[in-house]
Amino acid sequence: MADQPTSTERFIQGILPENPVYRQLLGLCPTLAVTNGMKSAITMAAAVGFVLLCANVITSLIRNLLKPHLRIVIFTLTIATFVTIADRFLAAYMYQMSKTLGPYIPLIIVNCIIICRCEVCASKQTVVTAASDAIGQSIGFALALSSIAAIREILGTGMFFGLRVLPVAWPDWVIMVLPPGAFLTFGILLGMVNWIDSRRAAKAGKN
Amino acid sequence: MNATHMEQSFGQRIKNNNIVQAWLVLTLALFFGASLAGIQLTLAPTIEANKINETRQKVPELVFGKAGALEILKQNQQLEITPQTMEIEKHGTKVFYSVFETRVAGKLAGWVVKTAGQGYADKIELLIGLDSAAETITGLFVLDQKETPGLGNKIVTEKWRNQFIAKKTGSPLTVTKEGAKAPNEIDGVTGATISSRAVSSIINTTMNDLKGMLAAKAR
Repeated sequence: MADQPTSTERFIQGILPENPVYRQLLGLCPTLAVTNGMKSAITMAAAVGFVLLCANVITSLIRNLLKPHLRIVIFTLTIATFVTIADRFLAAYMYQMSKTLGPYIPLIIVNCIIICRCEVCASKQTVVTAASDAIGQSIGFALALSSIAAIREILGTGMFFGLRVLPVAWPDWVIMVLPPGAFLTFGILLGMVNWIDSRRAAKAGKN
Repeated sequence: MNATHMEQSFGQRIKNNNIVQAWLVLTLALFFGASLAGIQLTLAPTIEANKINETRQKVPELVFGKAGALEILKQNQQLEITPQTMEIEKHGTKVFYSVFETRVAGKLAGWVVKTAGQGYADKIELLIGLDSAAETITGLFVLDQKETPGLGNKIVTEKWRNQFIAKKTGSPLTVTKEGAKAPNEIDGVTGATISSRAVSSIINTTMNDLKGMLAAKAR
């Protein structure tokens, strides 16, 4: 137990050093699918954050009762419950958004970020650590989604959060809001993150 | 000696029993199931109301146009919207349409037909507004579509949908790429000819099926 990261460490790690998308390459389905606009990206990130927080807290509460061969069943059960709650909630209070996101909300059940955090952190550490881990990872996920969505929405439609930011003369790069745009944007951003990292590592090696 | 041995193995058996091992899974499943049922019971009416509202809210605008709908609201006229189902026998199978009959102060003002058909990616659901004799299209709304974002999904834009207003239902609508000239021509969405054609052909099929019935009711 002593070598486990503390709450603060867990929280900070989730945001950039162990960013779920750019560092762990997890949860790429929503990352590619719903980032053609800021609104849907933020809603998706919020839904994932809610599910992650609840699943982590519940898992951490029952961590001493878990049996190794049954733990995955319990994780999935917990995650599916909260995803269903999020899905119903969106359909009731954000009807238009729930129509836009369509099947991607139910698909949070198979988002591996959540089961990964349950396995790595929540099933081994206290509730407080699990909660701060969930919040850190959610912020990291939200940052990743919004960085991709901002580029795609601005270049693809000339708008940001549905408001025009580029002049009307801007020829919308339609490909950016189509699936190839997601792969291109993500690939370039991921390459940049790795490039910055390797430069930093090289500098650190010299000193 | 023998008895203790028996007891131990009995206790062991209980411990190793699959059901007993899974007690946490079963308890959680029951607990989660109950809470989800509770949430469904609480939220289902709101969700259902959202769907019906979306259709109902559109009816005045589809029949009277934006300005007309506002005018009616201002004058506080009695607007009656009655949902009904119309049944058509086609190629030996029955086809059902949801139709909203709209009356102003008791007089038939128009119809809104809910219809659907295959688009480029998935089903496209439309609401078509018609005048009382089902002669002229008074409005078009896309209830649901999953067309390509940035291309096909432009069928939901007001600018594109407004082309359909005042089109006659007598002759089938056609989609053109070179700027609509003839009265029954529609400008396709650039780069989304299939989605544009899908919408106009859904309208054509629906009018084929329903025009006679609606006109007969109007008389």
